[in-house]
Amino acid sequence: MLKRKSKASQFGVFMLVVLLSGSLLVGGCGRPQEVSPPPAQDATAAPSPQGAAEPDAIEAATIQIRGSDSEVNMVASLAEEFMLTYPQVQIAVTGGGSGAGIAALLDGTVDIANSSRPMKDSEIEKARANGVEAVAVRFAMDGVAAIVNENNPAESLSMEELGAIFRGEITNWSEVGGEDKGINLYGRQSNSGTFIFFMEWVLRGDYDPGMRNMVGNADILEAVRSDVTGIGYIAIGYATEGGNVRPGIKVLSIAAQKGEPPVSPLELENITSGAYPISRPLYQFVAGRPEGAIRKFLEFELSERGQEIVLESGFYPITDADREFNKNSAGIQQ
Amino acid sequence: MAGTESPKNAMSLSQRAHRNKYREEKLAFLLLRISLGAAMFILLVILFDIASKGLGVINWEFLSRMPHSGMTKGGIYPAIVGTFYVTIIAALFAVPLGITTAIFLNEYAIRGLITNLIRTALRNLSGVPSIVFGLFGVALFVQYLGFGVSLLAAGMTLGLLTLPVTVTAAEEALKAVPQSYREGGLALGATKWQMVRSLVLPPAFPGMLTGVILGLARAAGETAPILFTGAAFFLPFLPDSLFSQFMALPYHLFVLATQHHDITAVRPLAYGTAFVLLVLVFLLNLGAIMLRYRFRRRFQR
Amino acid sequence: MQLHKLRERAIRLFFLLCGLISIFILLGIFYTLLNNSIPALREVGITGFFTTGLWRPTAFGAPQFSTLNLILGTFMVGTGALVIAVPLGVACAAYLAEVASSREREIFKPIIEILAGIPSVVLGFFGLVVLAPLIARIFNIPSGINAMNGAVLVGIMALPTVVSLAEDAITAVPQEYRHASLALGATRWQTIRNVTIPAALSGIIAASMLGMGRAIGETMTVLMATGNALAMPGSFLDPVRTLSANIAIEMGEVPRGSLHFHSLFMVGLILFLITFFINMLADIIFERYRRRA
Repeated sequence: MLKRKSKASQFGVFMLVVLLSGSLLVGGCGRPQEVSPPPAQDATAAPSPQGAAEPDAIEAATIQIRGSDSEVNMVASLAEEFMLTYPQVQIAVTGGGSGAGIAALLDGTVDIANSSRPMKDSEIEKARANGVEAVAVRFAMDGVAAIVNENNPAESLSMEELGAIFRGEITNWSEVGGEDKGINLYGRQSNSGTFIFFMEWVLRGDYDPGMRNMVGNADILEAVRSDVTGIGYIAIGYATEGGNVRPGIKVLSIAAQKGEPPVSPLELENITSGAYPISRPLYQFVAGRPEGAIRKFLEFELSERGQEIVLESGFYPITDADREFNKNSAGIQQ
Repeated sequence: MAGTESPKNAMSLSQRAHRNKYREEKLAFLLLRISLGAAMFILLVILFDIASKGLGVINWEFLSRMPHSGMTKGGIYPAIVGTFYVTIIAALFAVPLGITTAIFLNEYAIRGLITNLIRTALRNLSGVPSIVFGLFGVALFVQYLGFGVSLLAAGMTLGLLTLPVTVTAAEEALKAVPQSYREGGLALGATKWQMVRSLVLPPAFPGMLTGVILGLARAAGETAPILFTGAAFFLPFLPDSLFSQFMALPYHLFVLATQHHDITAVRPLAYGTAFVLLVLVFLLNLGAIMLRYRFRRRFQR
Repeated sequence: MQLHKLRERAIRLFFLLCGLISIFILLGIFYTLLNNSIPALREVGITGFFTTGLWRPTAFGAPQFSTLNLILGTFMVGTGALVIAVPLGVACAAYLAEVASSREREIFKPIIEILAGIPSVVLGFFGLVVLAPLIARIFNIPSGINAMNGAVLVGIMALPTVVSLAEDAITAVPQEYRHASLALGATRWQTIRNVTIPAALSGIIAASMLGMGRAIGETMTVLMATGNALAMPGSFLDPVRTLSANIAIEMGEVPRGSLHFHSLFMVGLILFLITFFINMLADIIFERYRRRA
């Protein structure tokens, strides 16, 4: 008898677990509306976006954003602040790389693709085949920084030297005026926008196969921080924090030609004037002329407050030429 | 301990050889014990490192809040919820299939080609690398069946991964049910299914539950299969349908450890996430172990 | 009565179909990998994946798809892991099976299982922040993110597999063997070394192979800990990229349907086949061992 009872009770426990999890699942699925927006103290600290219309001017919407790993943190911060003003809009930002973002946009699975490079011809062709007109917006400037360990005496390199180092032609720091130590290379995985931009812009050749391929910008930073012989390239936003270079690393100044004065990416005007040789505009692509919530979000990004966040995130504001570009391509005037 | 007693059959040997022999034994057993100690030490170091650095971060806010300010602040609530959902989906998929497979293998099948094939398939399935399950999930669930990158696709991929665990444990539970139960049932004129349903399944239930929990633990800790099938870098809201993307604890830890822009600032959060994940998986494993222990003892009596 | 029989038969059929699903899943995985590799095979050719060269699908010049260095890296991490997991694992198994009191067994076996439960991403994190700096310091090299780091971590992961299977194999050795040896005046240690372990050897080998299978398929730990460089590794202190890490690191970013996408399925197929054959071999050895014991 006793055995029977325990059997029955154990069965009961199992059913309870199943029911409980089932109800949580069902209950949970209907719950997201209740999820509170980010904590209130942030809401009070952040001024509402300037230049944006009244909050209730747009309808509730969900915006899916996917793409460049370099952009993901900045866009997440922009989205976070945007959602404070427009709580009816929910924005999901995921990484995965520029190629993945553009591919998702062309497949119709996301609304905005983040990309740290323009679209390739093959992608434009595919867009046409899918009946998608991809509209580009430049919303920030990025400098790709070459970083070394803080205990590395090197201060600057020329573009040619930097390229030769990553091509594996220069393998010792003494060849570029440093100590007699080997060079350990740290780079990104092969499909990231930064990987391709750096390859085409700086290397103009293939990476040394001995380069460690790290899974993210942050991974490179961490590796260089603990490797005195290391050199890596990362989006400038990852190298600085509140305007200062992160502890443990050094950002190299780069000379466009050997013999010319090296230029630091840490100065705002060096990027916007184009003096720093490894800089690029960052893009967002949308399918067709942006409307509704998506348009509002893009306008917010290009607004004064939006560009402040860009700067706070470690990137640089867009130039007048970029504003002109946006006006022509997306019809957004900010 | 046990090695120091001198067996009677050794008495005829000379005293010295005798002593050497046992000295060697003592040394050897010491080495074996050290090996076990080393394994325990490794485990302890890992647990201590994660626990000591992760425990400080854990508080109610960490567990119940959304991450914010670029994930440098706030909690891991959506990752906990996401892991919970995806694990449940995996279980809903794997448990019925696993249990029915086990019933077939243990109750219905006659030893032969089909049974052998199924067992071989299961053993091989348990050896398929998790990243390969991820690829399979992308091709089948995300693309072919059109689920997209979603909870459903990730959950079903994890379900496939945990199937062998569930089957093995469920079969073990069925095997533990004494043969006399079955014979008694059939002797009373019950049909096979009546016998299985009313005499074999009820006592085997807690054992099957063990398998379910072990499967859940495995599913909750896996990253590679959900990498491309559903996990998201950052979502400010919870998944609202089976077709949403979701955040998950293991992927969140991966992001915080390698992808985040401010890796030093989020290091404590990464440790906290690792700690929560470890505790979750351990609790599940511990539950399964205890359940199995009780279950075994009942039939041994 | 007739209806009754029909129902029984239907139920039987239902369970049979459920059982068969596992076979379909395994075949389905193989088919899916093969099917998605075909576009890549057509463009690159099977030789393109196995000629000397590098894995460089997004090269500046002509893309290369050689998987040789990836396979080498995979086996380096796998065998390195075995060097750690097998001696330690078999020693633990021998202790648990032959020396430990039943009380000790009851305590330590669940603990070993807990070790098996540590999620691979947690181990990878541990490797990245604790073990890599330690290795760098011990060997006095600038970076500890290398093959050795991965091998040690994956060895830890494979350890529980080896322990529990080797223990099963040792326990399965008939009691008479031990009694005979002890009766001849051997100590318990001599019995373990000269009788029990040799008798269980094929089981232990099979256990090691399954551990190897586990090590080769491991993804997250390796991805985070080994540095993923493409060059041919010269030693365990060089960074390596394994087949599994190669898929994980690139799959998330490739546009679906591209050559790169399909070539990653080819890498998956190679990985699947390697683990499949290792597991089958272990299976055959086990089966033989079981029949004999």
